[in-house]
Parts: sequence; C-alpha cells; structure tokens
Amino acid sequence: MGRYVIRRLIQAIPVLIGATLLIFVIVFALPGDPIAALFGDKRPDPAVAEVLREQYHLNDPLLLQYWYYISGVFLRLDFGVTFADVPVSELLLGKFQVTLNLALMALVMEAIIGVGLGLWAALRRGKATDTAILASTLLLISVPTLVSGFVLQLILGVKLKQWTGADIFPVAGTSAGWRAYLLPGFVLAGTSIAYLTRLTRTSLAETLRADYIRTATAKGLSRRRVIGRHGLRNALIPLVTYLGADLGNLMGGAVITESIFNLPGIGNQLFNSVYLREQPVVVGIVTVLVLIYILANLVVDLLYAVLDPRIRYE
Amino acid sequence: MSNPTPSVGPGLPETQSLATDTVTAPAPPQPGKKAKDAKPASLWSDAWYDLRRRPMFIMSVIIILILLVMSAFPWLFTSIDPFDARSCDLSTARQAPSAGHIFGKDNLGCDVYAKVIYGARNSIIIGVFTTLVTTFIGSLLGMIAGFRSGVVDAVSSRFTEIFFAIPPILGALLIGATFRGRINSIILVIAALGVLGWPMTFRIMRAAVITAKNQDFVLAARALGAGAGRIMLRHLLPNSLAPVIVVATINLGGYIAAEAALSFLSVGVQSPDISWGLMIADARTRFLEAPLPLFFPAAFLSVTVLAFIMMGDAVRDALDPKLR
Amino acid sequence: MKKTSADVLPVEGGFGNEPLLAVDNLHVEFHTRQGTVRAVNGVSYTVSAGETLAVLGESGSGKSVTAQAIMGILDVPPAVIPKGEIRFKGTDLLKLTEEARTQVRGQRVAMIFQDALSALNPVFTVGWQISEMFRVHRGMSKADAMKKAVELMDRVRIPAARQRVNDYPHQFSGGMRQRIMIAMSIALDPEVLIADEPTTALDVTVQAQIMELLAELQRESQMGLILITHDLGVVADVADKIAVMYAGRIVENAPVHDIYKGPAHPYTKGLLDSIPRVDLKGQDLYAIKGLPPNLLDLPTGCAFHPRCPYRQDNCVTDHPPLHEISGTRGSACHYWREVLDD
Ligand SMILES: Nc1ncnc2c1ncn2[C@@H]1O[C@H](COP(=O)(O)OP(=O)(O)OP(=O)(O)O)[C@@H](O)[C@H]1O
Ligand SMILES: [Mg+2]
Repeated sequence: MGRYVIRRLIQAIPVLIGATLLIFVIVFALPGDPIAALFGDKRPDPAVAEVLREQYHLNDPLLLQYWYYISGVFLRLDFGVTFADVPVSELLLGKFQVTLNLALMALVMEAIIGVGLGLWAALRRGKATDTAILASTLLLISVPTLVSGFVLQLILGVKLKQWTGADIFPVAGTSAGWRAYLLPGFVLAGTSIAYLTRLTRTSLAETLRADYIRTATAKGLSRRRVIGRHGLRNALIPLVTYLGADLGNLMGGAVITESIFNLPGIGNQLFNSVYLREQPVVVGIVTVLVLIYILANLVVDLLYAVLDPRIRYE
Repeated sequence: MSNPTPSVGPGLPETQSLATDTVTAPAPPQPGKKAKDAKPASLWSDAWYDLRRRPMFIMSVIIILILLVMSAFPWLFTSIDPFDARSCDLSTARQAPSAGHIFGKDNLGCDVYAKVIYGARNSIIIGVFTTLVTTFIGSLLGMIAGFRSGVVDAVSSRFTEIFFAIPPILGALLIGATFRGRINSIILVIAALGVLGWPMTFRIMRAAVITAKNQDFVLAARALGAGAGRIMLRHLLPNSLAPVIVVATINLGGYIAAEAALSFLSVGVQSPDISWGLMIADARTRFLEAPLPLFFPAAFLSVTVLAFIMMGDAVRDALDPKLR
Repeated sequence: MKKTSADVLPVEGGFGNEPLLAVDNLHVEFHTRQGTVRAVNGVSYTVSAGETLAVLGESGSGKSVTAQAIMGILDVPPAVIPKGEIRFKGTDLLKLTEEARTQVRGQRVAMIFQDALSALNPVFTVGWQISEMFRVHRGMSKADAMKKAVELMDRVRIPAARQRVNDYPHQFSGGMRQRIMIAMSIALDPEVLIADEPTTALDVTVQAQIMELLAELQRESQMGLILITHDLGVVADVADKIAVMYAGRIVENAPVHDIYKGPAHPYTKGLLDSIPRVDLKGQDLYAIKGLPPNLLDLPTGCAFHPRCPYRQDNCVTDHPPLHEISGTRGSACHYWREVLDD
C-alpha cells in the first residue's frame, strides 16, 4: 500500500509540472505590464520599475522564472508575494476556505439528494417514480448554473423572503454562516446531483441483479437487510469514488456560482486577479487546484481498495 | 491488481464525464458470422429503428432543427435587426413585454426577442465547431494511443492527464483573458474550449479502440497483414464510433453552456456581437427589478442545452440496449 | 426475543402421511416483452426426510425455476405462479405471508447455488457471511456467531478454518468456496436442502469430494436433499429417486434403480443413451435429435413429440398425463409400455 502511494505520487509529478507550466506560460503571456499596472495611472520611475523587475525575476527567461516559482512552492511552501507585497498564501487562505465550504456543501447535497433519488428510482425501476426521477435528472443536467443560479436566487432567495418575511436562503455574501452556502451549494451541485442519481440508480439496479443478492434472499434475510446491507454495500463503491473525485471538480467549477452569489472564493479571486494581472495569485490558485485534483484521485484509488477487498495494491 | 482508477474525471462543468461512464463500446460482434462490417452497420440501423420511436429523440431533433434555421436565417423570425443601433431606445429600457416587443426590452432599450433569436447563431457555431475540434483531436490521438500502446500510449495518456488536472472553466477563463482582443472572439472561445475539451474524447476513443483491437476480426486482419492505417480506418474506427458520437452530442450541449459562461465572465463573445451569456451578464445588474431580460436568454440557453443532451441520451440508449 | 420459525409456521410435526416437502402441480410463468414464457407447467415431486431426489433434464427444462419457486426467490414480476402448491410439512408455502415465508427460507429450507464465487458477497468475509445466519436468525452476539462459523467451516472440512474466517471469498479456491456455501446453507440445520448443480463449476476430483460431503452431511442430519444435476453418474451413486423434467414438466419419476434398469419415457431413454459407456466404446454417441422446445410457444399435445422416435398421431394432439406404472413410478408417455419393453 505504502509503495503504491509513493508510486502514484511519483507518477503525478509530470502531471503537476505539465499543468503548472502550462498555466505559467499562459499567465506569462497575459497582455500588459504588471509593474505598470501596479502603479495604476502614474507612470513608474524607470529605476524603481527595474528594481521591482529584478526582485520578481521578471527579466529572467520564462523557464527559470518557473523554476524559482515551483521550487519555492514545494521546497518552502512559498507561493510568492503579490505585487502589492502580500504573501499569496495569506491572500488565498480565506478564499480557499470559502470555496471549500461551498464545495463541501455541494458535496453533502449531492450525496444526500443524488444517492437518495437514485436509490428511490432503482427500487421503483420502470415505474412512474423512476421515470419522473430520470426526467428530472435530464433537467438538472441541462439547465446551466448560469441559469439555475439566477432563477433560484430570484425565487428561493428574494421572492420567498418577500412572501414569508424570513430570510431562509441568503442570496449573497457569507455573513449568514453555513446557511449562506445552501442555495449556492445546491446550484453548484446541480449537475453532479443528476449524475450521481443516475449512477446510483444503475449501480444499485445492477447490484440487485447479482447472484449474491439471490443468495442473501435465500438465507431468509428481510428485503430491507438484503438491499440495505448486501446490495448497498456493493452499490456504494462507485458512488463513493465518484464523490471523492468530484470535490476537485466542484472547487474548480465554482466561479460562476461564486459570481452569482457574490461569494469571495477562489473563482472570484482568479477572475479579479486575471484582470489585475496578478500572475503569482493566478498561478497559485491553479497550482493548488491541480494539487487537489491529484490528491483527490489518489484518495479515491485508495478508497477503492478499502471498499472492495478484491482490489489489492502491490 | 493494477491501477483501478475510476473513469471519473473532470469535464466541462456542465458535462462531467459521467456521460462517458455509461457509454460502452458496442458489444463484440459474433465470431463466425460475417462480422467484419456487418456489425457496425446493423448496430446503426437497429439504433436508427429504435430512435425513430423515441419521443425524446424526435423532440430534440425538432428543437435542434428550429435552432439551426434560427441561426442561419434569423430574419425569418423577427423583422428587427438588433445590430442596428437605431432599433434600441434607452427611454424604453426594461419595458414589459408588449405586442411589438413580445419579450420586452433590455437595459439599453433593445428588443429582447430579436437579440435572443440572433444569439442562437453564436451558440450553435461555437457548440458545433468546438465539438468538431475536440472530437477530431481526441479521436485521432485516442486511436493512435489505443492502437500503438506501449510508450506512445503511456506518454499520450500522461499528457492528457495534464489537461484533466486543470479546472476547465478556469483554464478557459485564463486562455480567454490572455488572448482576448488579439484574435476573433468566437475563434478564441472555440480554441479555449477545444484545448481543454479534447482529452475526454481521447479517453473514450482509446478505451474503445483497445476493446475493438482484441476482437477476432481485427486480429485476423492483422494476421493477414493489413496495414496499420487500413486497420484503424476500416476496422477500429467503425467499431469505436458509437461511444464517441454519444459523448460528442452530449458535450455539444455542454460547450454551448460553457460558451455562455465564458461570455458571462466577459472572456467569451464580445459586445456588440450577441450571445445569450452576454445578455445574461448585461441583464444581471437590474435582475431583481426586471428579471425578464435575463429570463428569456436563460430559457433559450437551457432549452438548447437540453435538446442536445436529450439527443445524446437517446442515442446512447439506442446504441446500448443493455442499459434499458 | 427473535421469533423462531416455529412461531410462524403453523404446522409443526404431525403432518401425517405427507412427505417432508411436496411440490404439487406447480406452474411458473414469466411475463416478458416477447410474451409469456411457460417455464414450469405442472411439476409435482416429493422428498422425505433423509431422502435424496435427483432432478434431471436438459438446460432450460425448468429445474432451477422450480427450485427457486420452492425457496420463494423468484423475481416477482416477471415471474408469476398461477397454479400449484408447495407443501412443507403439510403447509402450503405459497399461501404464507411474506414474513412467514422468510422464516422458512434459509432456516427450514435452504439452497446452494452452482457458482459459489458469484453467489457469495465479494465485500464481506466468509466468516461474516456464515455468522450472519446466527446473528440474524438466532440473535447471537457477533463473537458467538463467529465461533459457530468456525465450527461450521471445520465441519465442511475447510483446513485452518480459524485462520481463514476473516478471508474474503475470492481468496478461496473453487472447491473451498462451495464448501463455504454449504456451511452457510446448513448453518441452521434445515430440513430440506436444495443443491442446484453444486458441482458443475468445479473440476472432476473436487466434484466427487463435494458430493461426498453433501451425502455425509445428509446422513448425519437426515435432511431431505433435492439435487439438481446433469451428471447421471453422480445420480446413480447418491440419489434415492429421480425426477426427469422436460419443458417444465415431469416426464418420468422413479426410484433410481428402476430407471437404470429400463426407462419408461423416450426422453429419459435418450438421456441414458447419451452417456458415454465403456462397453460401447467406438460406437457413435447417441444424441437426442431436434431442438429444445420454445417455451414461448409450446408444442401441442406431448411437448416432446417433435423429437420423439415413438411418436404416434395422438401424441400431437393429446397431452399425456403422468401414468402410474407402480406405486413409486410414473411416466408421462402414451406409449410407456413400448418404451419400457425396448
Ligand atoms: N427471469 C426470467 N425471465 C424469463 N424467462 C426466464 C427467467 N428465468 C428463467 N427463465 C426461463 O425459464 C426456463 C427454465 O429455466 P431454468 O433456469 O429453470 O432451467 P434449468 O432447467 O435450470 O436449466 P440449466 O440446466 O441450464 O440450469 C428457461 O428457458 C429460462 O429462459
Ligand atoms: Mg439451472
């Protein structure tokens, strides 16, 4: 197991380098001069600008700059400083917290609603409930976050508050604590809920056709125990792995949701930093997201082995 | 056992790769029977027979046809030319729907209906061309990787991993912001989505080719000394096409949604060009008082995406009867 | 307190002349898209305590479906049981409530399946799966149930049982897995055990060991054993009586020796003639000609008539009842005398 983890981490290195380098190159090609941008409307003193350039290695070749950066990240956990001299890690910590909260809320909703609906559909396979649930997954997949975000904000946030007087689903910002994430969490989770519903449905339906389910019934177990213990335990394997891998997707895909609900997360930050040409911030955000993606996939693989004893890593 | 990586990876947010999980390569043809070309042909004709009887499929085809006509000849649907500045009148901004302006007016006093109609074109163009680009690149590389195996396969698979690791919308946002203004915005959107979208097709094609390659008739063709190019084109391609086409259809809807998202984030289609995403971005400032200018492009966007995803779903079910 | 099956099953003991288990005129249909599959069309057989009934018949003749109907593990829908009785100690199981049925299943009537690898749950240890019987049905603690599981694994002669209780099914060989399946099925001392081709998936030497084990367990516990098999060699060794099925019907039933002496149904005769025999080495092996019947559209009259060398005109129109040949023997052939005389 330990060796497997190490091998996987080594395999991840080229992916990590490739992805960060790619981002680095793109960000480097961002139009405009970041030093000039730093001074806003004023024209910077050329000497000062030159000092800054040296300080930020802006005169070095691209690959060397990349090396300075990536070695800083991995050897000293140093993500660099913004041009305003704030450490990037400090700037991003709070933003990541917001996005993580949002993604976790989405994940919880996905798990509860997606798995719940999927189980319901699987147990009513071919009946009206099943058809209705399948149709609703089609809707959930098709309505883009851009649309569901605004529509739900209007109906569940604003209108509901006007009708009931109670602010059940806050529509902007994070001041309401975890409740602030309810609506955006659902919006972000929408597509995943639909996929998880479908996955749960097929997974359980397939499991219930397995021979060992017939054995469990023949053992005289109640239907509840047959499905809940023997069926679910097996059907769960692909679901847990889907959920694990989805955390990274949710965090990386939150930008629209954050924009609609005015959440100060990394998506929003990236959007702003791109316009301010804060290259270290942009690269920092993407680097962390790439790391999360790689780790999430590793965890999923290991989770697989925990859930399915037939899989062994040697 | 070796690496059991589940085939769950990130896709564009609207089309996560689960679509690919439920798609499998067509069942291996029966050995003995004239398996060579007979199987794909009957697979498709069976599927077509099945599709014509699916209300979902028929509905999606009708919607898509209307959208195509709308993008080719928008003036058939409205006499107002939204590109003509004189058609807007600031004093009528956010006017409610009326007989002359059935969807009402937007923040600049322009006719929402005309803009929504004209907006279809960019969505369709971007959706179709991004799909063509990703399908072509992904299939080509996937076919080579699956067929060649060994080092070629290992290297190209790692290479696609890199693209999977980058969050697609953020990646496209970066590419868009970097090259904005330097190239045509529509080509830019296609390029940005294409660069990040092809790996999904790559994976599916590679898996399908690996399955097909070990089937008897392919082994037989190789034993008879058929060249690599001929095997790929005559034998592997027809047998691997089904899952690729399904995913392409579903992704087309996803790319349309992604275009709207990028335009909303102002790195996609640029004003004065028209896009549903841009219309949503413009309308959001006064959204709470006047939701309709946001609602109509949103509804068109959703229905369009729905049509393509419905079509993909139907095609997948028709091609893979096991899933019923 | 857990309910034991005795609380639910109304008749206990005192079931008169009734055999332990009696299947009576059982019909099973599957309603599918293509139409109604008549898989079982009036099967009757009985098994008494300590007796072994072998059920023979070609693939698709309804052997497994009958067994699943007895266990009550058919999927409803598509399966429907329009007619028939399954009496266990005089009580018709088909009339019991689902709850009462659950109490019979596994505890009084148990079943083992052909492919133990797929019949065992891959994600639980074998100990967990065996001990589940004791935990669920006897309310035992985890530790006690586990102890029982080890005892059972010893009893079915799994080497180093104590070390292996916590292994998963895939870690065992085919024969060992079937032993685990058997251990699980006999856990609660069932009165009837149905073994559906328990050795088909195993290689020959292991087959013999498993059959031996089953025979021994049966001797010890006096279970009634219903053995579904294709292996006529096995039948001669272990069975007391035989029921031959064709197209969802019993075409012949008889004590085992009678059948080997001389079959009374053309289909049975065909089956016996198709066994390779040492004394006839070199001759062509006999095979029953023609195709198995289409269960969606059964032939009129005797279902075997399209393939029957003894066919007469009335076979096409008249369905032969099970003629009584002797007190213990019957044949569903209009011309059983001719067959018997050959
Ligand atoms: N769920 C089902 N739906 C439709 N038909 C079924 C179903 N289960 C069984 N059958 C049909 O019932 C018939 C009898 O099947 P059964 O499994 O009892 O045969 P069998 O005698 O056990 O054969 P084998 O020796 O191959 O095990 C078969 O023709 C089968 O196709
Ligand atoms: Mg069977």
